[in-house]
Amino acid sequence: MSNTLELVCPAGTPTSLHAAVENGADAVYLGFRDETNARNFPGLNFSRKELAEGLAFAHARDCQVFLAVNTFPEAGNPGPWRKAVDDAAALGVDCVILADIGMLDYAATHHPNLRRHLSVQASASNPDSINFYVDAFDVKRVVLPRVLSIPEIKALNRQIDVETEVFVFGGLCVMAEGRCQLSSYATGESPNINGVCSPAAHVRYEDEGDRMVSKLGDFTINAFAENEAAGYPTLCKGRFVTGGKTSYLFEEPTSLNAASMLPELAAAGVTALKIEGRQRGRAYVAQVVAAFRRAADAVHAGEAVGDLGLQAITEGQAKTSGAYNKSWR
Amino acid sequence: MSAKLSLGPVLFNWKPETWRDFYFCIADEADVDTVYVGEAVCSKRAPFYTPHIPDVIERLQAAGKKVILSSLALIMNAREMNELRETVGDADMIIEANDVSACALLAGRPHTIGPYVNIYNEGTLKYFTDQGAIRVCLPVELGRTAMTALLKDTPAELEVQVFGRLPLAISARCYHARAHMLHKDNCQFVCDQDPDGMELETLDDEPFLVVNGVQTMSHSYQNLSAELAEMQTMGIKHFRLSPHSIDMVAVAALYRQVLNRALSTEEADETLQGLIGDVAFSNGYFHGAKGVDFVLP
Repeated sequence: MSNTLELVCPAGTPTSLHAAVENGADAVYLGFRDETNARNFPGLNFSRKELAEGLAFAHARDCQVFLAVNTFPEAGNPGPWRKAVDDAAALGVDCVILADIGMLDYAATHHPNLRRHLSVQASASNPDSINFYVDAFDVKRVVLPRVLSIPEIKALNRQIDVETEVFVFGGLCVMAEGRCQLSSYATGESPNINGVCSPAAHVRYEDEGDRMVSKLGDFTINAFAENEAAGYPTLCKGRFVTGGKTSYLFEEPTSLNAASMLPELAAAGVTALKIEGRQRGRAYVAQVVAAFRRAADAVHAGEAVGDLGLQAITEGQAKTSGAYNKSWR
Repeated sequence: MSAKLSLGPVLFNWKPETWRDFYFCIADEADVDTVYVGEAVCSKRAPFYTPHIPDVIERLQAAGKKVILSSLALIMNAREMNELRETVGDADMIIEANDVSACALLAGRPHTIGPYVNIYNEGTLKYFTDQGAIRVCLPVELGRTAMTALLKDTPAELEVQVFGRLPLAISARCYHARAHMLHKDNCQFVCDQDPDGMELETLDDEPFLVVNGVQTMSHSYQNLSAELAEMQTMGIKHFRLSPHSIDMVAVAALYRQVLNRALSTEEADETLQGLIGDVAFSNGYFHGAKGVDFVLP
């Protein structure tokens, strides 16, 4: 027996929220429909009214709702970010997930009773950073950046007195989160400012007969033979040439799956597991949440975590355990 | 206050003697006001040149330069954490924080903050100036609009990188090692083969980025020579040149002349282009465009 790992699940839309809640999420996380959150994609996210309805639905089923306000407010224009936090407090969300120090300061001052989590976008990767956020802004939980190995997470948890949450499934940043400007270098739009990475509006596919080229801005990110499926040109998952060799230098087009590591993560003192994928549809969310519900319950019961059967929904992509294995570096 | 030129920390893995001689040369010949010294990118590199740091600092200070100690951007393990605490323990030096942990350790005493800490708005800037930050080098993707807003009401002096490849991302993974089929733990320090970073091209042979160990940088060289006058008027106080293996004394002289209106931007750019070779300039971030763009006045 070990402590139950809390399952924090993505809700890009009200339908996905329902799917996550009904399939065993302990909490869902979501954002408002604007640049205040890091999944500012067309057709995603919540209006104030949709959030109120989602809160009622989730709370009636004993599921918490976290609001991500995790981009960095534009200088001279703090209004939308402050309003997001004000509205979160008024609507009764269970916590806000923040990255910007100015916003943490604002929330701690104006809404001291609104629980605060530190977003992965803050890239707090060591005890002194984390303790700073805890001491200065009374942060109750830290979402750890995907740069740490499991022994490092364990060592870190011994030096801090705050809950930690780690990503276990879905898209994987290979750069330290919140500290990557690759997208804005190529497109002018960045995760930190605009809440988008490698945005679709800057993506083009060019059919050159013998190959399909995917471009981001003016740059070729990948090229595919006729019989290959053309993947989305996320900048850091592209194929590039260094020293005359072509490779996926930063990372293969993989996604994270740490299901087999849940017992170790529990033993490392982690409180909550996060599933990435607010841009995913209802069916995906339902299946992944249900699978991780079973896995988390198995860990709690001290049973082995079996195969989660998620191969079909991950588009045949390779899987990685990312930085949790030190050899990934 | 007149405009000040600063030389950012060497971001590449230069041979220790090269590193030392570079700073000696800067001390003796370069017209810069502030020089940053120390490792911001990879903690594995520092031990090689650390024995030279006292000599370098002494020489720079004797030449009248203000020396600031740079610190690591991504701190992930106990060794790096302890090294940072040791650096901060040196009470005689001004230290540049490049991670929030360093900001926290330096709170209550004068310090500077580098471009790796996310200071995007006045709320965050005020928080850190209240904690003792006296100078902030802005994140690279902030442009004119953000600078104007940040300068409105702050006691801090702001600094902007005006020359050199832009630090765009930092990772736990070492891409230099990966390109050489090695792991970070056994990297054999292959990043020392590329004194200005390892070039990365697209499949269509277009230069795009360079790899500097765990750091990814622009292939283009930021060049804000044409924007210096506007930034001076706005109130930016410090203009950072990021070191490359080219003649940085000459680079500093060019920027100084443009700051002093003694040289036109066109003339400066022509000479700069000759120094950096067949590589593009960029200034897009300043203009709210793509970082890679070079917007003509």
